[in-house]
This record gives sequence, structure tokens and C-alpha cells, in this order.
Amino acid sequence: MAKPILEVKDLNVFYGGIHALKGVSFEANEGEVVSLIGANGAGKTTTLRAVSGIVPYKGSVTFRGENLANCPPHVIVTRGMAHSPEGRGVFPNLTVMENLELGAYIRKDKDGIQKDLDHCYELFPRVKERLAQKAGTLSGGEQQMLAMCRALLSRPKLLLLDEPSLGLAPLIIAQIFEIVKKVNSEGTTVLLVEQNARMALKVSHRAYVVETGKITLSGSGQDLLDDKRVIDSYLGGP
Amino acid sequence: MSDFTNELVQHIINGVSLGSIYALIALGYTMVYGILQLINFAHSEVYMVGAFTAFYTARYMGLADKPGFLTLITLIVAAMVVCSIIGVSIERFAYRPLRRAPKLNILITAIGVSLLLQYSGQIIFGADPKVFPNVLDDQTLATLGTAELRLFDVTILGVAVFFMAVLTYMINYTKTGKAMRAVSTNWTVASLMGINVNRIISMTFIIGSSLAGVAAVLIGMKYPKIDPLMGMIIGMKAFVAAVVGGIGSLGGAVLGGLLIGFAEEMVKGYISSTYADAFTFAMLILVLIFRPAGLLGKPSQEKV
Ligand SMILES: Nc1ncnc2c1ncn2[C@@H]1O[C@H](COP(=O)(O)OP(=O)(O)OP(=O)(O)O)[C@@H](O)[C@H]1O
Ligand SMILES: [Mg+2]
Repeated sequence: MAKPILEVKDLNVFYGGIHALKGVSFEANEGEVVSLIGANGAGKTTTLRAVSGIVPYKGSVTFRGENLANCPPHVIVTRGMAHSPEGRGVFPNLTVMENLELGAYIRKDKDGIQKDLDHCYELFPRVKERLAQKAGTLSGGEQQMLAMCRALLSRPKLLLLDEPSLGLAPLIIAQIFEIVKKVNSEGTTVLLVEQNARMALKVSHRAYVVETGKITLSGSGQDLLDDKRVIDSYLGGP
Repeated sequence: MSDFTNELVQHIINGVSLGSIYALIALGYTMVYGILQLINFAHSEVYMVGAFTAFYTARYMGLADKPGFLTLITLIVAAMVVCSIIGVSIERFAYRPLRRAPKLNILITAIGVSLLLQYSGQIIFGADPKVFPNVLDDQTLATLGTAELRLFDVTILGVAVFFMAVLTYMINYTKTGKAMRAVSTNWTVASLMGINVNRIISMTFIIGSSLAGVAAVLIGMKYPKIDPLMGMIIGMKAFVAAVVGGIGSLGGAVLGGLLIGFAEEMVKGYISSTYADAFTFAMLILVLIFRPAGLLGKPSQEKV
């Protein structure tokens, strides 16, 4: 029943002399929210960057049954993967609307895009109010919402989210995680990277702990929430 | 009207006409810089190739003695096509292999390509100047005292404005234009949108180079003497125009081009033509001292 949509095997990434990932393996099944949690510099972002084709790697990434070796990022998008990068990566000099249009860059179905836009506005009403504004003038939370909206507009089967809660107020964080759950319940598999381990584990079906370039623990979200090692290291005590 | 006013009006007309040609070339520098942060020194040689393309097109299509708008349009199209091919090839074979190399290496390569084209031009076309065909019969359209509004100047301005309008539309409203702006902000994120960054870079070279082709035909029409080194000085001036306007900014390139053309005419008219070029560079130095990012440019941390 659990059908893997993404299988990552023995991923190794080098930045010059730095061995950032040392054999990372994990998978995400269709319909799941899977998180990678871990401390600063553990290699979470690097893992997402390898999966979406931004950094070269050794090892294999299989997405929807296809090996993504040598596949450039702009092609991977067309296979059904969207990556909302660390730091949001909105185009500050473009308007919010233009950012959204670029999210749908690979699509030609005008009606479908309009429908998905309307759906996005439902999920993120704040984004709709600011369509004509330059994205650089949005608040951090609004930029995060825009980044997620934009990623969803390519109609991904798998959504990679890198620290969507970074630097946001608790209320906004709660909203963002609600939306992650909603998006997931509508059929999108989510691979989430978070430092906010508690929130991430709560919404995740399964999770992996990354430490200095390796996966050291894995289990269901609930199991890891109860795991002593996770509690001590990432949840700040019971 | 006084002699002074007549003369001034004439200089303004000439300045705008020359300046709009500088602006067309400056756009190419600024677009490539905006996307690659590279000063494409070979751009002035692309412009030179445009002039020779028009020259040979006119000769082999038998248009050399058939002045008229049809000839003008034919030569512009021919120059645009060949310049695009040259520009895209330079990017593909000289700059793309160095995409991840240090900026300095690419800059040196650009100078190398520029020299290669200058010397190839001398071998292929011959080093001696050639007389550009008679593209259009010039005539006086209107007079204001002794100042004349001539067909050449109106045509130059009209053609330049037409292409600038097309470019503005393209950059602001088409999908490719939006992708170009995205790539110039952040390649990585642009590629995550599904944008083929290499394709967009090629597009940038096509557009910039074809504008240089347009400029070459316009210059050939007004100053009908061409040679393989003709790109050097005008390329420098257009580059200065791009920097003065704020490199990376399209509006800045147009503004800079007009300013440089205008200033050059004024210096020629009221001081001495020997100082015209020196004045251009004096302007560059002043702008770099008082407004390093250029008139319309945004201040940035790091530049080549
Ligand atoms: N471009 C780069 N060049 C050199 N080293 C890098 C580069 N990017 C990341 N690294 C190194 O790789 C390691 C993993 O970094 P990564 O960004 O993947 O961590 P992370 O788990 O996402 O951390 P954070 O939670 O702080 O975002 C770190 O030691 C980092 O210094
Ligand atoms: Mg990170």
C-alpha cells in the first residue's frame, strides 16, 4: 500500500572539500508528509538541493519511478516536483502576481492555472490582497506564503519545503502548518525540512533526524516526538 | 530666431539621433550584464559584424543603389539575424563553458573574443574602410531658421524608439521577459520555476545582439564608412552610456545613451570635436565618483 514517490539512496554531496552529505537514504511515500529535522549545518537544505537537482551528488534519486541522475532542475519541475527554497526565494523586484505566474511557468492550461490561482487565494487570502505589490515589500510571513503558493502553482506531486517557519511569529507558523496539512490532504506529498521539530513532527507521518550529513534516527512523527534522544536534542526537554 | 538658437536646435537634433544609436548598443551591454554580471566586450564586434552584414547583403541582393525604406528594412533584418547568430555563438562557445569559473576568467575571455573578431574581420573583410551603401535618400523635412530636421535623423529616432518599445513590451509583459527578469535576480530559484536558464541567457544574447545590428545599419546610413575596427570607439561610448545610466537597468541604458550622444554633440559644437571623446570619459569618471551605481542603477555590493 505504501508506494514510494521519492527514493533517495546513499546520497553524497561535496562542497569543494566539505563532505556535506555522507550517504543519506530515505524515502517518501505517496500521500505522506515526511520531515527531515536536525541542527544547523546538519545537511537538510543540501539534501533538498540535491533532490531537486540544484547541487551535483553521488548516489541515486528516484522520483515517480524515474532516476533523476543528470536531470537539471528545470526538467525535474516538469516531472512533478516543486521546491520552495530556504529563505523563500521570492523575486523581490517582480510583483506578487508575476511571481505567481512564474510558479506556473511550465504550464500552458490557462483555465487550469486560473483555477489553481483561485484555490491559492483561498488558502492564502493575504497573497491575493497584494498581487500588484513588489514581492520584496512583503513581510516575511507573506513572502513565505507567496513562496508556497508559487511552488503549488506548478501542480506538484511532491512539494519540498525548506524551513517554512523560519523567522515567523508563532501565529503565522501555526497557519503555515495548517496549510501544509491541507495541501497534503488534497493529495500532494510533502517533504518538509524544519528546525521547529515539534511542529514538524506533529504534522508528519514519518520523519528522519539528520546529523552531520547522516540520518541517525527515523520513525513515525509520533514515535520521534516520544523518543528520548529527540526530546533531549531537538525538543528542548519534555 | 537667433543664430544661437538655430545652432542649439541643430545640436539637439543631432544629439538625440546619435544618442539613440548609442542607446541601442548600450542596451546589449546592460542586458547581458544584468543576467551574467559580465561586461561583454565582444558586443562592439557584434555591432561591427552587423555593419558588414548589411554591406554585403546590399551588394549581393543588388540593393546598393536602391535607396528606400524597403532597403533599410531588409538590411536591418539581415544585420539582426546575423548578429543574433554571432552573439548566441559567442555565448554558447566562449562564455557558457566558463559558467562556473571565476568572473575574471570570463572577463578576459570576453576581451579575447573581441580581439579575435577584430582581427578575423580584418582578414575576412580587409582592413581598409568600405563605403556603406546608400540606404535612404536624405532630405530636409522641416527647417527652423537654419536648423534642419532631416529624414535620416527622424528615421534613426523612429527605428530606435520602435525597437525600444518592442523591448519594453517584451521584458514587462511576455513570459520570456518575466523569466529574464527572474533569471537576472536569482538563477537557482528561476530554475526551480522550470525556467531553462541557458535558454534565457541565449535569448538575452539574441536580443542584445540584434539591437546592435540595428544600430550598425543606422550608423552606416548616417556615417557611411565602415571598417573592422569601427566597433571599438562606439562600443566604448555605448558601454560608458550603460554605466552612466546604471548598468543592468534598461531605462538607464537609454538615458545614458541619449546623454552621451547629446553631450558629444554639444562639445563638438561649442568646444572642439577633438575633446568630444575625452568628454565622454570625463562624464564616466564623474558619475563613477558621485553615483557609482549609475543614474538609474541600484547600489549593489559587488561588481566586476
Ligand atoms: N555552498 C556551500 N559551500 C560550502 N559549504 C556549504 C555550502 N552550502 C552548505 N555548506 C555546508 O554544508 C553543510 C550542510 O549545510 P546545509 O545548508 O545543508 O545545512 P542545514 O541542515 O540546512 O542547516 P540549517 O538548519 O542551518 O539551514 C554545512 O556544514 C554547510 O556549512
Ligand atoms: Mg537549511
